[in-house]
Amino acid sequence: MSTPILSLERVTKSFGSVTVIDGVSVDVHPGRVQVLLGENGAGKSTLIKMMAGVYQPDGGRILVDGRDVTLPDTKASEALGIATIHQELNLVGSMSIAENISLGRLPKRFGLVDRRRMKENARAALALIGLDLDVDQHVGELGIARQQLVEIAKALSMDARMLILDEPTAALTKREIAALFGVVDDLRARGVGMVFISHHLDEIAAIGDSVSVLRDGTFIAEVPATTDEDELVRLMVGRDIAQQFPRRREFDGAPETLLSVRNLSTKGMVNDVSFEVHAGEVVALAGLVGAGRTEVVRAIAGVDPYLTGSVAVRGRELPRLDVGAAIRAGVGHVPEDRKVQGLVLGASVNDNIGYATLASTAKAGVVDFAGQRARAQGVADTLRIRMRDLDQPVGSLSGGNQQKAVFARWILAESSVLLLDEPTRGVDVGAKVEIYELINAITAAGGAVVMVSSELPEVLGMADRILVMSGGHISGELDATTATQDAVMSLAVRDVQRDLEDQQMKDEA
Amino acid sequence: MSIASRPAVRKPGTGATRVRTFVAENGALVGLVVLGLALFIATPDFLTGPNLLNIGIQASVIAVLAFGLTFVIVAGGIDLSVGSVAALSAMGSAYMFSTAALPGWLALIGGLLVGTLAGAVSGFAVAFGRLPSFIATLAMLSVARGLTLVLSDGRPIATAPAVSFLGGNVGPVPMPIVILVIAGIVAALILNYTVIGRYMYAVGGNTEAARLSGIPVRRVLVTVFALSGLFAALAGLLLSGRLDSAQPQAAAGYELDAIAAVVIGGASLAGGIGRISGTLIGALVLVVIRNGLNLLNVSSFWQQVVIGVVIALAVGIDSLRRKTGH
Repeated sequence: MSTPILSLERVTKSFGSVTVIDGVSVDVHPGRVQVLLGENGAGKSTLIKMMAGVYQPDGGRILVDGRDVTLPDTKASEALGIATIHQELNLVGSMSIAENISLGRLPKRFGLVDRRRMKENARAALALIGLDLDVDQHVGELGIARQQLVEIAKALSMDARMLILDEPTAALTKREIAALFGVVDDLRARGVGMVFISHHLDEIAAIGDSVSVLRDGTFIAEVPATTDEDELVRLMVGRDIAQQFPRRREFDGAPETLLSVRNLSTKGMVNDVSFEVHAGEVVALAGLVGAGRTEVVRAIAGVDPYLTGSVAVRGRELPRLDVGAAIRAGVGHVPEDRKVQGLVLGASVNDNIGYATLASTAKAGVVDFAGQRARAQGVADTLRIRMRDLDQPVGSLSGGNQQKAVFARWILAESSVLLLDEPTRGVDVGAKVEIYELINAITAAGGAVVMVSSELPEVLGMADRILVMSGGHISGELDATTATQDAVMSLAVRDVQRDLEDQQMKDEA
Repeated sequence: MSIASRPAVRKPGTGATRVRTFVAENGALVGLVVLGLALFIATPDFLTGPNLLNIGIQASVIAVLAFGLTFVIVAGGIDLSVGSVAALSAMGSAYMFSTAALPGWLALIGGLLVGTLAGAVSGFAVAFGRLPSFIATLAMLSVARGLTLVLSDGRPIATAPAVSFLGGNVGPVPMPIVILVIAGIVAALILNYTVIGRYMYAVGGNTEAARLSGIPVRRVLVTVFALSGLFAALAGLLLSGRLDSAQPQAAAGYELDAIAAVVIGGASLAGGIGRISGTLIGALVLVVIRNGLNLLNVSSFWQQVVIGVVIALAVGIDSLRRKTGH
């Protein structure tokens, strides 16, 4: 085999007394996609930061083209042709594609920016990955997927021969992922080496060549990307997950209707949606991104207004656009993006768990500190939130533990109707199972769960009933025990175009 | 993100590391102590009873303004109107006493209400009018100053005895210092121990997450600006009480000193971080520097240069520490 573009040889890295990487070796070959697989906290990000020159290893060697190198900063790694495409993209939304691609090295003529050459460079860069876009368009107007491709084009225009793709598919739809993988295939054919990180096991076989599995900062194995998913999970978590979706239906009380939504419509997004959820039940809202699922959940939670219809909890109608009233009625909302909508990242775990119950447990407006802390500790222990202590800023926890902190808030508030919007997004496999167990516990105690999810295996594995949304309304209901991925998908894409046209005509009328 | 990297635990360690951690986490306090020591060595006039009382009195107006502003900054906003609102409240109170012939104590309470109301108006504009707080309070800065001039016709008005009492002495103790201490304790209690205080940190840290957790964000914003107005009014009354008259141009530009005090005290203009104790130290740093430079006969022109450099250094060191301290 060829000389690797980059090799990490038995590198180690410690922060204080904690060793986060211990003697890990990874090779990245030209024209191959090396997948890094591991749970959150396994050391993947530390490893790619060493490749990018953000961190320097304490031990071991880094080789580029077989020669020993040190990468004191990101400039050094970029000079060697190593570029990182981060989850949070490094683009300026208010500037054009052309400006973004040339940012930091604008072509100049007589001391002024040579706009024509800048645009030519940008077009050439986009052509490298077969992207046909107007280079004058502002980057902010592009979807995430396109922005990612622009960032890749930018890296290639800087002569990158190795790309580190950090969870590039996390925010993409199926079709966008297919487009991205097309580009990756192209780059592979052209000899670009790539490092790929993803939590989606099915993507590994689709795009990877070889998989390096990490666990707790140590190297576990390197296996071909064709290895089956169960085996990958076993390597990653070190134990068999016999049941990835351990749905249990243990509630044996009366199937009281907890949530009932009638003829709900919002401006432009949700069109006449009605459904009920009973005690002990998990109802999934499936469908494509943009089908209106998140909008339904936000309207129920009182976050967004709705035009017509009603929402009732235990038969009592909720006022529109009143989060506080919804919470008092027993609604808990785990939003789509925990970092932006769910948590105050700089505040402590204790504060974040307590926000919804701060007022109701206070005496004369004074916070019940001792009680609040004891309750937060109790629920954190129950959910096994891994943290140093309750005063740790919630932003420094791993994704799964952050998500559990959002859940903890609603468990403390004794919410009986849980609205979960993509509850396991960006969460590692181990924490996913813990969240599923939490859903089981909620329904076993007589709670009702509405779950929005784009992961069909999760929908089929965890729901009791599946409501499929398409173009803003419910296009069909399926029983989860008999439903198949194909059945869900065919409802999800049904009449999307026609529904859009209907909506447009209505808006115009 | 700087707010996420705030050190949350103090690791027990050797004496030396403990000192280092303390210095790192209380930069402004350490700066104040160093400043005091330097002035103690440089001039015999610094560490004397009268001079220290003088510093306390000078700090009182800025500190009380800055306490109110701390609420706003913690909640992620800014209040540029505090100086004008202070002047309007003092003038309103003096007008109630001198022209409307209200009893003195009622004029005092009236002055506080004027400030609270002005703050609440800014708060409504921010919470319900969706104006950025910078704009809403820039408008209030102009409106309040204008109303002060309208009310006074550009001339000073005598204050009520109850207000003059705030600027006077009780035995050897100057009332401004007593009020400074009480206002500081009340502000710290609000910020640390009340539900609304904890909500301020949440709203400033992440408004959207706060709203989705059921926190009444708009009510918090109105409260925050109303509190800022109330504290500004108290500062204005202190100031006018010391002079026995409300001046139309009183406290002009004080908002900048107050903002400086809050940020020197370690608050983040991005919201979610800030402490009353820090703000007090920030105000003292400003006043001690001015006092010291006066004692050393440095011209007031150069004083402005020094103050500017100190603000930049204090905040620069603080953000550098937050970045590397993680």
